Amino acid sequence: MMKLNSTGQVVLILVAVAYLLGVYFISSPVWMGFTINALIVAVLALSWNVTGGFGGLSSFGHAVLYGTGAYTSAILQVTYGVNAWVALVAGIAMAAAVGGFIGALAFRYGVKGSYFALVTLAFAEVFRICAASFDFAGGGSGLQLKLAPGISNIQFADRTVLYTFLLAIVVLVMLLTAWIKYSRFGAYLVAVRENEDAARALGIDTYRIKVLAMAVSGAFGGLAGVLYLQLWLFIDSSIAYGSSVSIEALIGPIIGGAGTVWGPVLGTLGLHLIGEGAKTLLSNAPGLNFVLYAVVLICALRFMPNGLVGLAGRIGPFAKKESKDA
Amino acid sequence: MLEVENLSKSFGGLKAVSNATLQVPEGSIVGLLGPNGAGKTTCFTMIAGFTKPDSGSVRLRGKDITGLAPHHICNLGMIRTFQIVQPFAGLTVEENIAVGAYLHHHERKEAMAVARDVGKRLGMGTLLDRPASALTIAGRKRLELARALATGAKLLLLDEVMAGLIPTEINEIVGIIRQIRDEGHTFLMIEHVMQAVMSLAETAYVLNQGVMIAHGTPRDLVRDPAVVEAYLGHGAAQRLQEDDHA
Amino acid sequence: MSTLILPAVISGLMMGAVYALVALGLTLIYGVLHIINFAHGSLLMLALYAVYFLNTYLGIDPYLAIPIVLPVFFALGYALQRGLIGPMSSGSEQNVLLITLAVSIIIENLALYFWTSNTRNIDIPYVYDTVELFGAFIPFGRVIAFFGALAVVPLLWLFMAKTRTGSAIRAVAIEKRGAELVGIDVNHTYAICFGIGTACVALAACLLLPTFYVTPQVGYTFVLVAFTTVVLGGMGSLVGALVAGLLLGVIESLCGLFLGDSLGQIGIFIAFILILLLKPSGIMGKAP
Repeated sequence: MMKLNSTGQVVLILVAVAYLLGVYFISSPVWMGFTINALIVAVLALSWNVTGGFGGLSSFGHAVLYGTGAYTSAILQVTYGVNAWVALVAGIAMAAAVGGFIGALAFRYGVKGSYFALVTLAFAEVFRICAASFDFAGGGSGLQLKLAPGISNIQFADRTVLYTFLLAIVVLVMLLTAWIKYSRFGAYLVAVRENEDAARALGIDTYRIKVLAMAVSGAFGGLAGVLYLQLWLFIDSSIAYGSSVSIEALIGPIIGGAGTVWGPVLGTLGLHLIGEGAKTLLSNAPGLNFVLYAVVLICALRFMPNGLVGLAGRIGPFAKKESKDA
Repeated sequence: MLEVENLSKSFGGLKAVSNATLQVPEGSIVGLLGPNGAGKTTCFTMIAGFTKPDSGSVRLRGKDITGLAPHHICNLGMIRTFQIVQPFAGLTVEENIAVGAYLHHHERKEAMAVARDVGKRLGMGTLLDRPASALTIAGRKRLELARALATGAKLLLLDEVMAGLIPTEINEIVGIIRQIRDEGHTFLMIEHVMQAVMSLAETAYVLNQGVMIAHGTPRDLVRDPAVVEAYLGHGAAQRLQEDDHA
Repeated sequence: MSTLILPAVISGLMMGAVYALVALGLTLIYGVLHIINFAHGSLLMLALYAVYFLNTYLGIDPYLAIPIVLPVFFALGYALQRGLIGPMSSGSEQNVLLITLAVSIIIENLALYFWTSNTRNIDIPYVYDTVELFGAFIPFGRVIAFFGALAVVPLLWLFMAKTRTGSAIRAVAIEKRGAELVGIDVNHTYAICFGIGTACVALAACLLLPTFYVTPQVGYTFVLVAFTTVVLGGMGSLVGALVAGLLLGVIESLCGLFLGDSLGQIGIFIAFILILLLKPSGIMGKAP
């Protein structure tokens, strides 16, 4: 399924896999807890990757998808007593619908580039203000799920089981991403990113592809939001729809390598390692990890335009790439 | 195969194209000539659905396609290429061609097989695995043609597919276009390279300042005073004749 | 209810003038450099803290702080463009947006680290003396802010129209290469422009803080309001920014009146989405 074209990439991925499996053997609740958080963000990063990576539709408001997934599930569970799994599916569906709706609206009017980023950001703000203001969404005090460990409630008393569950989900979303990448839909998305006019000439309904991408991204993003809710059993408007969610969504893929299968996961894990390291070194200061993320982002934009995966790709490329010029 | 009637388009006060009419019979190669700014590309964008004409009609195999979106028109078997060729960077040559092939082959395996086949037919067999961004201009022009062919379109609108190429490259692409035509395709091509048009096109139209000023075989057209004036300026035809007699 | 509308409109206009001032800086930067400066709001926040500290620790009146804060922020803006954003933004439009986003993340989170998330304000008694305007009682500080912000538009216009630097800025905005060919230092002009944009924000901070507050997150709200203003007024238009700023102040104030304070700002964001969607594609189509 994966096409790797350099030893650098193989090494990079092996290190990540070794780390993810190593967490089972290092019996440290700190490492486990921190990696659990990183895995949820990785799902969000994979969500951003669909639109921002493959489609070149850079969103600054992915919190709108994440928050909608989390809120939909929370309202269904808290207010209507719906089963957590049903609520999970509903959260994913609702986020996909919101993604598709925003896409349909924005692309109908030809919104592109930076304007698309700003439109998504504004939508996230509208949803945040609504969530903070309406009582059915818990208003200012947020929503709290009842603690009820059990598979049927998607609540895991055992951290190892929880970790395995999340790892499986990340793998699943990566497989879906790989499927997208090597499908007609993925090829069309890349064509839209690279040259929309040429794509239209080749018979691609670019509007439909972009809206579809927003919906798929919404489904992944909603899933990430629901996972957060199931882990912490609590959300409020700024946790779910806050700007930091949108920032985390885009930073991982850009640093790891946008439009790749491994990039968003590698980027997110790498960033969280840096952030966690800084927290340990510089006491537990709020926000400092974000300062580091931003510095890394600037460096990445400057020095590795294709992210970690692209950088690693230049280390020991396989001979196949060097085929003769004709 | 293609019938364009009285196509007009204005931008603000400027009449870019007025009442342009042309026919492209099946299996032919038709040229669309004219000096810079004559409205050739505007004509193409209207025919291919990228801009809506103010008036006039476009019919493909008798079906009215005026104002249809480009992707619908492509589905009906007509496709345009672009003057400034931009391959999809980040994809290989093969994957680029496959984007075209996906139109009628939804599975990756089939689309890639079609892409390889088309690529080989256009002499790009050794380039298939290379990143498209690494291609030379000539390679990019070929890729543009390959992508268009891979969609299965039967009528190809080529916008200056030879501009910027050296003579040997032009000869190669002329050969390729002939070969594709003999396989059952039809061409309407905007071209500046007269040598290419002369050897390829059976008939050609000349557009000047948005108006069709002449139509005929390329051989007749180069002798047409109106055409010569359009290219070389007012009075040029007469001066040329005088030179001939002197 | 109708007796409340006029005062709401008046107080909305007062706030709107400050929005306009913030947006002026943003629209100037957009009009000349063609970049969307996401860090604009964070720079405002930083300026608000500067005014706050000058007042709290040195007892400097916020209005008298203008001659200190303004040049400092001009220099900061100049340095930011010359040293970071300019050299880094050789790539696509999206990269520039991401770099200014990164700058704003850094400024905001450092502010959070050093100054905590506490809401701070300064105590200048005289700014709360009210002035009666058409039945509305407006704090004196808001009136000063209103006229102060209004005065900037003609000043900026004069600067652009009458000075050498102003002509250089206009030349660079219209045709970068042409300006380069006639010997204008484009990078310097860009940085000057970024500096002026940042100075606008500094002035806004001096006028705003007496009747407002500062937290590390305050810039985030302002940046969205400023974007709305800029887009509504027409990207790059100074007068447009002024009119749009006033209008948005009124919209926010009326939404607050009818929907309650917490939902008041939603009017601005919905206006923003509508404008971005409905604006003709000529302005939207700037994307790479």
